[in-house]
Order: sequence, then C-alpha cells, then structure tokens
Amino acid sequence: MSASIALPAPRSRRARLWRRYGLAGIGAGIVLAWVLVAVFAPWLAPYPPDFVDVTNRLKPPSALHWLGTDALGRDCFSRLLFGARISLLAGISVVALGAAFGTLVGMVGAYARGFVDAALMRLTDLVLCFPPIILALAIAAALGIGTTNTIIAMLVVWWPKFARLARALALVQRSQDYVEAAVVLGLKPARILGRHIVPNAIGPLVVLVTLDIGNAIITFAGLSFLGLGVVPPTAEWGAMVAEGRELVEQWWVATFPGLAILSIVLGFNFLGDGVRDWLDPKARSR
Amino acid sequence: MTNPVLEVDDLRTVFLTDAGPVHAVDGVSFRIGAGETLGIVGESGSGKSVTALSLMRLLEEPARIVGGSIRFQGRDLLAMRPDELRSLRGDRMAMVFQDPMTGLNPVIRILRQLTEPMVGHGRFAAPEARRRAVGLLGRMGITAPERSVSRFPHEFSGGMRQRVMLAMGFANDPALLIADEPTTALDVTIQAQLLDLLRQLNAEFGTAILLISHDLGVIGSVCQRVVVMYAGEVVEEAATEAVLADPRHPYAWALVNAVPRIDQPLGADRRLVSIEGAPPDALNLPQGCRFAPRCPFKVERCEREHPPLAEVAPGRLARCWVTQAGQVLPKAGGSGLGGVRASPPPAIEPLLSVRGLVKHFPLPRESLFAPRRVVHAVNGIDLDVGRGETLGIVGESGCGKSTLARLVTRIHAPSAGSIVFDGQEIAEASPAAIRPLRRRMQMVFQDPYASLNPRMTIGDTLAEPLVAHGLARRGAEARERVGGLLEMVGLNPAWVSRFPHEFSGGQRQRISIARALALEPEMIVADEPISALDVNIQAQILNLMLDLQQRMGLTYLFIAHDLAVVRHLCDRVVVLYLGRVMESAPAEALFARPLHPYTGVLISAVPTPGRVRVVLEGEPPSTLAPPQGCPFRGRCPIAQPVCETMPPLAEAEAGRWVACHFPGEFSHAGLGA
Repeated sequence: MSASIALPAPRSRRARLWRRYGLAGIGAGIVLAWVLVAVFAPWLAPYPPDFVDVTNRLKPPSALHWLGTDALGRDCFSRLLFGARISLLAGISVVALGAAFGTLVGMVGAYARGFVDAALMRLTDLVLCFPPIILALAIAAALGIGTTNTIIAMLVVWWPKFARLARALALVQRSQDYVEAAVVLGLKPARILGRHIVPNAIGPLVVLVTLDIGNAIITFAGLSFLGLGVVPPTAEWGAMVAEGRELVEQWWVATFPGLAILSIVLGFNFLGDGVRDWLDPKARSR
Repeated sequence: MTNPVLEVDDLRTVFLTDAGPVHAVDGVSFRIGAGETLGIVGESGSGKSVTALSLMRLLEEPARIVGGSIRFQGRDLLAMRPDELRSLRGDRMAMVFQDPMTGLNPVIRILRQLTEPMVGHGRFAAPEARRRAVGLLGRMGITAPERSVSRFPHEFSGGMRQRVMLAMGFANDPALLIADEPTTALDVTIQAQLLDLLRQLNAEFGTAILLISHDLGVIGSVCQRVVVMYAGEVVEEAATEAVLADPRHPYAWALVNAVPRIDQPLGADRRLVSIEGAPPDALNLPQGCRFAPRCPFKVERCEREHPPLAEVAPGRLARCWVTQAGQVLPKAGGSGLGGVRASPPPAIEPLLSVRGLVKHFPLPRESLFAPRRVVHAVNGIDLDVGRGETLGIVGESGCGKSTLARLVTRIHAPSAGSIVFDGQEIAEASPAAIRPLRRRMQMVFQDPYASLNPRMTIGDTLAEPLVAHGLARRGAEARERVGGLLEMVGLNPAWVSRFPHEFSGGQRQRISIARALALEPEMIVADEPISALDVNIQAQILNLMLDLQQRMGLTYLFIAHDLAVVRHLCDRVVVLYLGRVMESAPAEALFARPLHPYTGVLISAVPTPGRVRVVLEGEPPSTLAPPQGCPFRGRCPIAQPVCETMPPLAEAEAGRWVACHFPGEFSHAGLGA
C-alpha cells in the first residue's frame, strides 16, 4: 500500500563515501607520496643532496635544476626530496615515542589513583608550565645541534598532552559498567587495563597522534629554521627555508621547502580528521 | 467530539536510510477533541515519538512525512509554511520532551525562558508575561516562584525542571499539549506529582493533552482514551480502562499482562506473561499482520492478510482478525506456566550480612580553603540476605541503592561498617584477598549498552572469567562452556563471535546474566537489571531470572525502583531513604500494610488507574547535607518534634523492622492500598 508513494532514491554508496572520507583520502595520498619520496630519495634525486657546485650558484628553476640551486650551488630539488626523510623521521618518532610514554604515564596514573596519580600529574603540569617551543629550544641548545638531540628535546615537551588525554580517557573507562563488571569477575588489574580500558580508550589517542604528526613536523622545521635542528650540510626543509630567508630575488630557495612543509602538514591533518570521523560512531552512522 | 483540536488521518512518515525507506509511522489516524486526553503507548521503535514529532513538524532529514494529513483546529499542518508553523509551535500547540536535563537552555535564566514564548508570540507584554511566568511556576508547584524565576536551570532538580518545561508548555494557554514520556526520567514520587499536575491542568485550563509513554499505568492515570501502536501502526484504540481490563489486540494484551500490577493479588505463579521475539524489521515487514510472528493467538489468516483497524465493540477499534471474529483474549495469571512461588524460606542463616555500612564520597574542594564537601551516599545500613532468598531494595534516586550494590560487591570500599559473606568479613579485604570470593558473588548491571565491552566478542567476554579463574582452559573447553552459558540464557550458541552492538537491549542483558553465571555464583547482585528495557523484554528477563533461581538455587539482591516488580519477584523488601533503611519486611506484608510512612507514600505513588493517591510533596533532601534525625521528617505527613532524633531500626512485628517513631500510624490515615 505504501509502494505507490514515490520515495527519493538513497544516495549512492560512492557519493556517501566521498562525502565522508574524500578529504581523508587526499590526505592519505599526500602522506603516502611523501613517504615514498623519503624512502626512494636516493633513486629519485638527480644529484646528491650536498653536492656543491659554486659555479652554479642561485640559478633559477630550469630543465637541469627543476627547483633551481641554492647559495652553494646545490640542487634544490634533490635537497627537497632528501629533506622529506628528516621531516618524516622527526615528526613520526617524536609523536610515537611521546604518545607511548605519555599514554603509559596517564593510564597508570588514572588506574592507580592516589599518590601515584598526583605525583605523575604534577610532573606533567610542571612540563606544561613552560612554553613548549622555548623549552625545546633551551634543551636543544644545551644538548647541542643535531637531529637526535633535537628529537630528544622535543620529546621532553611532547609527552604531557598525551599523558593528560590518556588519563582523562582512562578515568572515563574506569567508571564504565564493563570495567566494574571485570572487577567483580575478579580479573587482575593488568588484564583490566590491557583488555578493557586501553582498547576502548585508544580511539581519541590515535586521532591525536595522526593530527599531531603535522604539528611535530612544523616544530622540528621551526627549530631547524632557528639553526638548532640539523648539522648544516644536511638537507632539511626548515633549514632550507632559513637559507633562503634573505634571498628575495631568488624566491625558489625558500618557497619550495615551505610548500613541502605546508603540503605534508595538510596531509596529516586531513588524514587525522578522517580517522576522527571514522572512530566516532556518531559521525559514522550519518 | 464536535470540534476536534487535532485530526490525524493516515499519517505516513518514513526515514530515508541507506538501506532503504523505513516506515516509522505507517498510516496512523486518530483525533483529539477539545479538552480531551489521549495516550499513545508502545515499545521503543513502535513509532510513537516519531508520530509526536510529525505532529509538530519537527522532523529533520532523513525523516520525511510522505502521506496523510494533520489538521490542527481545522488548518492543514502539512501545507503550512515554516513561519506559520513557528507561530503555531509553543503558542496554540506546545510540546514537553522526555529529558528535563537538556530541555532548558543552561545559560539563560528561567524567567527569560518562560517569557520568551509569551512575548515572542505577541500574546503578552513583557511586564504582564513576567507576572504570568511567576504565577505559572507557582501553579506548577514550584515553591517561592518569585525567587525561582531568577535562577538558572542547573540550580533545579530534574523534577523541578520538568515543572518549568510544563510551565513553558502552558505559557500561551495552548489548545493542545504534546508530552513525550514527560515522567520517564523521574522518580516514582515525582512522577506521581507531575501526573497529578497534568490531570489538574487538563481539567482547569481545558487543554487537550496527548501523552506518549511506554507505561500503560502512566497513561491510565491521565488519559481517557489510548492508542496502542506497534510497528508504526495503530493496533488498538479504546477507552484506557477498557484496554486495561479487556485488551482486544494481542499486543495490547501482552503489554497489559507483562507488567505486574500492584493492586492485584499475587498469584502462586510468579512468571509474567511475555511474548517471545522482537518487533519486525522495519525494512522487511511481514505481509500479514505485523504482530503475527510473535502472536500467541494467531490463526492461519493472520500470516496471509493484513488486518484493517476495525470496530470490535462500540467505541473500540482493533487491528486483529481474531478479536474481530469475536474471540476474547484470555485473562492472564492462570497461565500455569510453572514456577510456583515458594513460600519464603524460614529463618535461615544469612549468606550476606551487612552491618552499619557507611559510604561517603568526598568531592574535590571548590577552592583551596573551602571545606571539603561530602556525598553521604550510604549512612549506616543493616541487612541480611538469606541463602536462596530474593531480597528487593527499593528507593528513589539518591537513596544509595546503587552504591550499596557496589559496596557489597566491593567495587567500592566502604567508609565504615562490616560486610560478611558466608562467614567471611570482606569490608576491608584487599582486592587480592577478595578475588577467590568473587566467583561466588556476581553482579548484573542496569544499562545493557554499557555493561559489555564493545570491543570484545561475546564469546571472549564469557570465556574471560572462566579462564581467569582456571575453570576452563582457553580454546575448545572454554568454547564449549560458553555455548552452554548462551543456551542457558536462551541465546543461540552460534552467536559467540558476534559483538555486543549486534544485539538488542534484552539480548545484551541476557549476555550480562550469562557472564554473571559463568563462575557459577551463589549470589547475584542485580542493580536495576530491567529498568532500561521495554515492558515485554522486562517480563522475559524476570522470567529468566526466576527460572535460573529455581534451577541453580541462586540468591538475589534485587535493586529496583519499580515497586510492582519488586512485590512480584522478591521474598523480602528493604526500603531505603537517604542511605538508611526505613523499613524491611516480607514483600507481601510490606505492600499490604506498610508500617513506615515513606513506604506508604512510595507505594501510593505507583501510577495505577483508579486509585486514590497520597501525593508526597517536595523532593528528597540533598545527600551533601542530610538532615539531622529522621531523614524523612521534612516530607513526612505525620512528623512530630520527636522525629528530630533518629528512630532506631526496631522490630515492630515478627520479621518486620521499621525505623519510625510511629510505626503503622500513617496507614490509618486513610492509605489502605
């Protein structure tokens, strides 16, 4: 009887997927492209990244040098490709290690409560008190210039936000009925934490991790820009922008590494938004 | 019904989902005369709320009204422009929603929220609206309305907010008020106050009321007529009393009989009438009667032909081939399904014994120097649960019943007092020391959606306790045990690899029960195990709990706010108020003749049509600062100065303990149930 009523056809599956995950797909594509570039840089690059050719300084983009050359006559395109390695390595390692350590601190605090919780959270607060970039600058300067040292400096300021988030998530989970049920069933704390709390709390952490890699890449590039990130001949985007900073006529030296940073950060942000939507059941059911 | 306020004719609302159109409201017709009260009853998913939203044209994509007509005071609602609708809503036609916590804007004072619709619709000038707002709040039973109007919503309790919502609904003296489950989120005493208020407002202002509820008792205490909905259709329409006494559609019959009635004698049989199965898949409705797959009375024709809504008696419509042919549905009670009520076990050694139990939760300080505030959740509870007994715990929210459950299961550690389980003191035992005892005392939780880990299959969920306690080895042995558990609670053992979200609420509660049974406990603490479920599912779960008790000799500590269910299921009942025991007695005696005034008022508040009620004024005091002396004295109808000292819990009659200076006196004040 209701068959006679004309109903609009439901939106096609493809259209829905595109609407929901289109940007995330673009983000994933950008990130994947940069990862491939980083891995295959030695084969893709036409020149070694620190091959100096002083006769060929500050040449504009051409068929020989696609993105031109810098003040020492090095090929900007090759340096850009190799720079992807440092940026990705720094961004991913800072976030991964920071998230792992912060999550451990936060979840142990939330589960143990009492003195342990208070001590861990005051430590977290202590680090959060300082402006992160300035603190990282100070630590990096103290440790000395170098990729590893800069990553260590960033780690020191990076973990607290994960500790905070992980603690809040674990606290929410702790009062869930199924966690109380696990307590009543007589399960051991490690199992409750590992099997019931962590898997259900991990979603927002994964979102923060994806969104944060872009952030970490910018920060690392920023530290390099200030001369703290990498030891000079190494190709790094922040350092390359710094080298082109005062070259107004030779716009290509600073512009292309800048665009590279922009694209990779955007890529990670789009991807992170997609992951967030995918993990949020409310957004998913629409 | 010469001049109907609302005429709904063949209303059809669909949800355009990815899987296809879902016919949520499928050809619903009814009319409400001026000043009439009509109820709509049905389980979740029956289309009753979607009907209400369709009437207000409040539906948003992907829902769409695709057919029928709605005429309000003669005007076609479906043809109205958005601005015409806006001028109608909150003016001639008002709506009160279920959740009083989200219905008010938290950052606007009560007065603004009340006067806004009055001034906005141009009915009153601002000063007049203000006076009217104060008057309305007073009329709704809010004390000191002049002061209350300048407060913010968070300063009010749920019941008070629902009164404010009602005042907003009545602000412009509407012709029709639609109330969608207005009391579902409230305690039974507050619900009684609001239902009384609705009845009075209907009589006083002549406002027609459309009341939507899952509870026939609620509808029966307000509405003259009722529409029963099932799977998007009206299946019965008649005077409420007629439906309650003699339902003519099998679904209405199941609704009426699935709920134990507080005013009917207890039979020997404690099983409730429950119909098996679940409502039909809205995408794939049966071609015959939509209720046929679950109907105990179906005949061959029901599977083939869709029955029309036709008159089965003067003024009574039903959509059923069986009753249209003149057959009468049987009276419930004598169904003889087995499960004879055992006489309460004679005085036996208690399995669980609680003495002087106290739990205070300190709140975080508001500032460094502010005194620490403390929630006095449980303030000295004594009780015993005998082996094989079902002890019911009742009380309003904030009475400490859920905290009590979490104390005896030692999810929380008590602040003081003793808990002895089978001779072992567990109040201060360490988690490791309790672990072996956990096997023997298990818990079932209230919310079936929160009590199962969403990321574990139900096979893993059920195997986990078995493996942890070394009752079964991981693998084939555990799988076999899990299959047995699922069968025991009436689920298909082949479902082990499914996740919780693939199950309905009732099925999840069965899984929860299976998990509790995995360790073969002696005692189960059930914290409101049925209050989140539809009435028919409630009956199924209660029957399951009764069966399991008989088969396994389980002891239940059954926590509930539904007094009729407690009366039906429990051997003894303990009434809590503000974390103290007010009365403890055998169930039948307690309900027949309550000795504590609070018990009397609580029983009287249960919505039952045609019963005189003693409406309890006010709300329970805050647990942050409980009163000195008897905690109930502020609301007690018979309080005396002596009540400023706390009466001890004393044995007033054999087996009946009461904490009151005047046990039994309130019953004489004309309560008699």
